[in-house]
Amino acid sequence: MSARAAVLGRIRASLGERDEEAAREAVARRLAAHARNVVPTRAQVDRDTQVGMFVDQITATHATVAQVAEENAVPAAVSAFLAQHNLPAEAVLAPDVANLGWDSQPLLQTRTGVPVEADQVGVTAAFAAIAESGTLMLTSGAGSPITLNLLPDNHVVVLRRSQITGTLEDAWDALRAEGGMPRTAMFVSGPSSTADIELTLYLGAHGPRRLHIVLIED
Amino acid sequence: MRATSHLFKDNVAKALADADLQTALYRVDKNFTARRTAAVTALPEFEALRDDAVRIKDHTLAYLDLYLETFERNVTAQGGQVHWAETPDDARRIILDLCQAAGARTVTKGKSMIAEEVALNPFLEANGITPVETDLGEYIIQLADEPPSHIIGPAIHKTKEQVSDLFHEHHRQFGKTQRLTEGGDLVAEAREILRPRYLAADVGITGANFLIAETGTSVIVTNEGNGDLTQQLPKTHIVVASLEKVVPTLEDASTILRVLARSATGQQMSVYTTFSTGPRRPGDPDGPDAYHVVLLDNGRSKLLGSDFQDILRCIRCGACFNHCPVYASIGGHAYGWVYSGPMGAVLTPAMIGIEASHHLPSATPFCGRCEAVCPMRIPLPKMMRHWREQAFDKKLDTVRQRWALKVWAWFAKRPRLYRRITRLAVRYLAWRGRPRGRMSDLPLTDGWTASRDMPAPQGSTFMDQWQTGRRP
Repeated sequence: MSARAAVLGRIRASLGERDEEAAREAVARRLAAHARNVVPTRAQVDRDTQVGMFVDQITATHATVAQVAEENAVPAAVSAFLAQHNLPAEAVLAPDVANLGWDSQPLLQTRTGVPVEADQVGVTAAFAAIAESGTLMLTSGAGSPITLNLLPDNHVVVLRRSQITGTLEDAWDALRAEGGMPRTAMFVSGPSSTADIELTLYLGAHGPRRLHIVLIED
Repeated sequence: MRATSHLFKDNVAKALADADLQTALYRVDKNFTARRTAAVTALPEFEALRDDAVRIKDHTLAYLDLYLETFERNVTAQGGQVHWAETPDDARRIILDLCQAAGARTVTKGKSMIAEEVALNPFLEANGITPVETDLGEYIIQLADEPPSHIIGPAIHKTKEQVSDLFHEHHRQFGKTQRLTEGGDLVAEAREILRPRYLAADVGITGANFLIAETGTSVIVTNEGNGDLTQQLPKTHIVVASLEKVVPTLEDASTILRVLARSATGQQMSVYTTFSTGPRRPGDPDGPDAYHVVLLDNGRSKLLGSDFQDILRCIRCGACFNHCPVYASIGGHAYGWVYSGPMGAVLTPAMIGIEASHHLPSATPFCGRCEAVCPMRIPLPKMMRHWREQAFDKKLDTVRQRWALKVWAWFAKRPRLYRRITRLAVRYLAWRGRPRGRMSDLPLTDGWTASRDMPAPQGSTFMDQWQTGRRP
């Protein structure tokens, strides 16, 4: 007998007698319904309040936010962030953010694609953001290399105001509408951190030391 | 690991005498409990979320076979593979086969209690594969060659000085000869040492906080991002998880996530919560080429429908550790196996046998704090009592304990006699405790009086007070 059959057999033996057809139906119904459980009401508010809630919460987790009026102001905001932290004027761009008019920053060297170990700055787009907990939702895909979210010391995320939703459940609905699960969906609430030495918080454990969000007022 | 749970009393004596450990445990108690309380009070729906979380897991367990089949089907549909392991030995062999098929020489690992449960690292090492732990806490205890002492903070028992010593000793081979003393410098050095290991690894192994049936997804929750680098950089991602991690839908995982981080560290969400579904897709510029899930049973299927089924709801948040007066006194290693704290006192006997671990469910004052803070409302004290019954039935406790219980039971079943005897005992003890109101020795209680005085009873017995209308 295969391990699979043995394990499933033991589970069934432990669960005891049941109406098999009704059981399968109950499971199928549950899976198809995507029913929401209790959802905190805090983030079920209008968009303006959600935007404020998102910014407040993600900055509380040591991320920084710069707001810009339109998308062609993003490159200047990225340059300003690099200058502020004395970083070299170089960035690796996700294809999703490659056409934001980077020519406006002639001193900023950009490359599009996946990062290598030496790269200091990655710029990516977000899929959505969750106001309830101050969380970015980043998905993998042809236009969004997942390692750009992880390898460079500095991670800049371009987020549109219209992408900010209330809750995780809202984000799942949006993702299902776009065709379902990507290989990776990362929920990021702040820069990488650890408290594994004497429960003291240190930033930049393995992932980015800095997380900077450029928020477009679209 | 070789269990030392049968040596519990010796382990406890050592732990109580370890000044560094006592300092570390004081830190746990002070930090985690306050953070959890703050996070829980800030969310009005917290209790309702707990109720839903319990319902979700109970529902899933009632149809566990069907949800696991659905999970497997969806993993396969996304190009991944599910492997079933009945025993730790099966799990180790499956993982080794996968590593060898990938031509692996080094593997990076995200934090996984299941990998600890099956003792994966020594097995890989014995077969010529170098496992590299990447969670900072796990990395520290890997260097120290110790098991984790807490499920979410494996190295919380280590002081900064001890970490400094370990890094100084083990990082010399990488040209790091300077001894570091600042926490931030230690974190930075570990980061620098581990970076090339991530990039060189052929296989990345992570655990799973959830498996999602609906989509065939595995979920990990970290603050460091190590689990992400571990799974995204190598060509092969292996997830090792136990059966009961499965939940039906993304919505269900979202609900439990809301109680998980708050109960664990007092965060609303951990820094990284990552949902992984299959290998990289056509057109994806990065991510692993292969995705495997090793599903471990190791006795869990037999806990279903038993007195211990509720422990399968456990989401490994560590809240019961942080609120346990016993854990706060002795730490995790004294429990002598992979899992410690109240949940370990319930799970360990199920995995290594009550014969080898009957001290664990006895090491409790039954204060009930663990159950009170458990986000999944697991009746831990009740299950410890079930184990104690089994230990008694199997005659695992000492002759003296058994006789004491038998004598007590004989009296307890004769209420009138019991009351008369206790009335006499109260008077005798009050007289004996004069004039200090306590006594420093008493027959049959040397375990208690060796390190503290026994207080003398004040006034009459509980039953007498009750009958005269006094309600304590």
